Amino acid sequence: MFGLDNKDTRLLLVVAVLTLCAPFILNPFPTDSAMAQFNAGYPDLMQRFVIFGIFAIGFNILFGLTGYLSFGHAAFLGVGSYSAVWMFKLLSMNVVPAILLSVVISGLFALLIGFVSLRRSGIYFSILTLAFAQMSFNLAYSVLTPITNGETGLQLTLDDPRVLGVSATADGSIPVTNLFGMEMRSTFEMALGPWAFQFNAGYYLCALILLAAFYLSIRIFRSPFGMMLRAVKSNQQRMNYTGLNTKPYTLAAFVISGMYAGLAGGLMASMDPLAGAERMQWTASGEVVLMTILGGAGTLIGPVLGAGFIKYFENIFSKINDHVLHSWFSFMPDGLEDFVVFIIHPFIGKGWHLTLGILFMLVVVFLPGGLVEGGQRIAKWVKGRKNKDDSASATKTPAE
Amino acid sequence: MDAILLQILNGLDKGSAYALIALGLTLIFGTLGVVNFAHGALFMIGAFCAVTVQRILNLSYEVVDETQKDFLGNPLKVKTSYVESWFGPEMGGAIIDWAVPIAILFAIPIMILIGFVMERGLIKHFYKREHADQILVTFGLAIVLQEVIKYFYGANPIQTASPEALSGVANVGALFGTEIFYPVWRIVYFFFSVVIIGGIFSFLQFTTFGMVVRAGMADRETVGLLGINIDRRFTIMFGIAAAVAGLAGVMYTPINSPNYHMGMDFLVLSFVVVVVGGMGSLPGAVLAGFMLGILEAFASMNEIKSILPGIDQIIIYVVAIIILLTRPRGLMGRKGVMEE
Repeated sequence: MFGLDNKDTRLLLVVAVLTLCAPFILNPFPTDSAMAQFNAGYPDLMQRFVIFGIFAIGFNILFGLTGYLSFGHAAFLGVGSYSAVWMFKLLSMNVVPAILLSVVISGLFALLIGFVSLRRSGIYFSILTLAFAQMSFNLAYSVLTPITNGETGLQLTLDDPRVLGVSATADGSIPVTNLFGMEMRSTFEMALGPWAFQFNAGYYLCALILLAAFYLSIRIFRSPFGMMLRAVKSNQQRMNYTGLNTKPYTLAAFVISGMYAGLAGGLMASMDPLAGAERMQWTASGEVVLMTILGGAGTLIGPVLGAGFIKYFENIFSKINDHVLHSWFSFMPDGLEDFVVFIIHPFIGKGWHLTLGILFMLVVVFLPGGLVEGGQRIAKWVKGRKNKDDSASATKTPAE
Repeated sequence: MDAILLQILNGLDKGSAYALIALGLTLIFGTLGVVNFAHGALFMIGAFCAVTVQRILNLSYEVVDETQKDFLGNPLKVKTSYVESWFGPEMGGAIIDWAVPIAILFAIPIMILIGFVMERGLIKHFYKREHADQILVTFGLAIVLQEVIKYFYGANPIQTASPEALSGVANVGALFGTEIFYPVWRIVYFFFSVVIIGGIFSFLQFTTFGMVVRAGMADRETVGLLGINIDRRFTIMFGIAAAVAGLAGVMYTPINSPNYHMGMDFLVLSFVVVVVGGMGSLPGAVLAGFMLGILEAFASMNEIKSILPGIDQIIIYVVAIIILLTRPRGLMGRKGVMEE
């Protein structure tokens, strides 16, 4: 289907089902139950899942295929956000031109940075991208204040021109982002027994774009272009010796992944029309690196899994506090209960980053292929055991 | 003239911090070939050593003083720190006052120990893996270290004062016949870093241990073939590099109140410094550290900012990008080392 082989089609369909049914899947617990805090099916969080999914897919096209580790990808996300918000300020509240502009601008930006940075490879490339991103971040905070509004962040105001729309709605408030009249924040709630499912217009827009982005990334992975990028990763010198100039390929990959980041930034601004410089900081770039590695760099589904995993636990883990822990372990004797809570305490709530850091280190040390490799190993182990049983019985049969 | 001198001074204290961190980074890279993204975290831990020492020295107990009464006529509780009660108020007060310099003694063994544990426990397993993997795992470690510090010390910057005697300003200009007032502690910091850098260089240059390490940096395999346990020496060098970063952090606390993410802030800049100086080149790292610190100070002069607004924010990165593109091995890098 769509020019994909069976395996990829199945993968795409699985992702499609998962994203489109996410409001159900992420809301497994009834609203009033004690487990309701593990529900992730509210619009804000679901939007973040898919937006960071897109960001990570894009990053994976660069890092997973070519092996070039960029530590400055958040800059493109920031640029995308800024251009989208400017579109909302100047043109109209429709998200389509905003997203288009954010993709184009971040693509151009990536072309510029990539052209310079890709003259070097390895650690130097990482540091060059890091330097460019920090430069953009510092500029956004200081000199570019007229464009970025500095520390406050770029926001919509009532006296923005909005040529094709209205500056303010009839009741004097700022208009909301929409897709040809469908408001991004409009949410349809469905109560089904004790469950409450929320279907948000903005989420579905993001989800559809995620599917398109995922499809595109499958096509890139399977194309001759993707093959060339993988060849660059495995041995760039050999490519050069065969007389091939790898620069256009790596540059194309860099620009594509920059455009993905810009798309994510544009979507982020479409869901919540403000943009701040802290989105461009290098630790934000580090986050997308974490997502991609944690999920599995170089695999198709890995980055999406990693983004979902990190964003889910970031939200859920930070909500658990000592009180919740005590209620969980209340079945234990008092002293033991306090001890267990004391042990777990540093890792939850505000300590979520500690958990993330440890997890990330463990993944880099033991599971370089990320969650995907972990899944594959488990699958192999299960299969291997089955095969062993089979072969064991097979050796027995002839003897009988 | 005064303005120029002042900017050079301004650049020197920041430059000393850059130079010290970059020196440690280069020691690690030159010996073990590992790109250590956790080096900023070591700097931060050093700073928190100073905080810890100060807190320990300030530990106190309460005594009821019958001679002093509060307005209700009850005897007043007076806090006395243990140090003061042991050494008498004058000596004890002086010890508390000099907490930051005392922290140096405390920080050296701790940082060396942390360095050993880090190298033996984690980094050892990453020699043979790609640079990208090394960056990733040390980046993860940096996050963990900074979160641990945040857990124990909180997220707010902690003010740590320099000793009273060194906290004023001095007229540096007197040397040149003009008047330039400059904080004493920053001058102390500069000389401290010069001593440390000089110490490291003479250690490498004039001791047998240093000679072996230099030989190992040049050709690890041959030194190994000569029957020298080069790995162990490199581990020790890692500990020393960690101690250098830690000391830079200890002494930096009065200049900038330590907080848990100060390491990350310095890390990016010190990497840029290392790259500008040339990866694996110790003099390059020191030179580039001071040079970039001074350049940054000059760029933040109002006269220059009015011509090129915002230049003070990006000057270091601009220099780094130009150097990386025009002179791949940095200012003083060895030919053929990490040039691709």
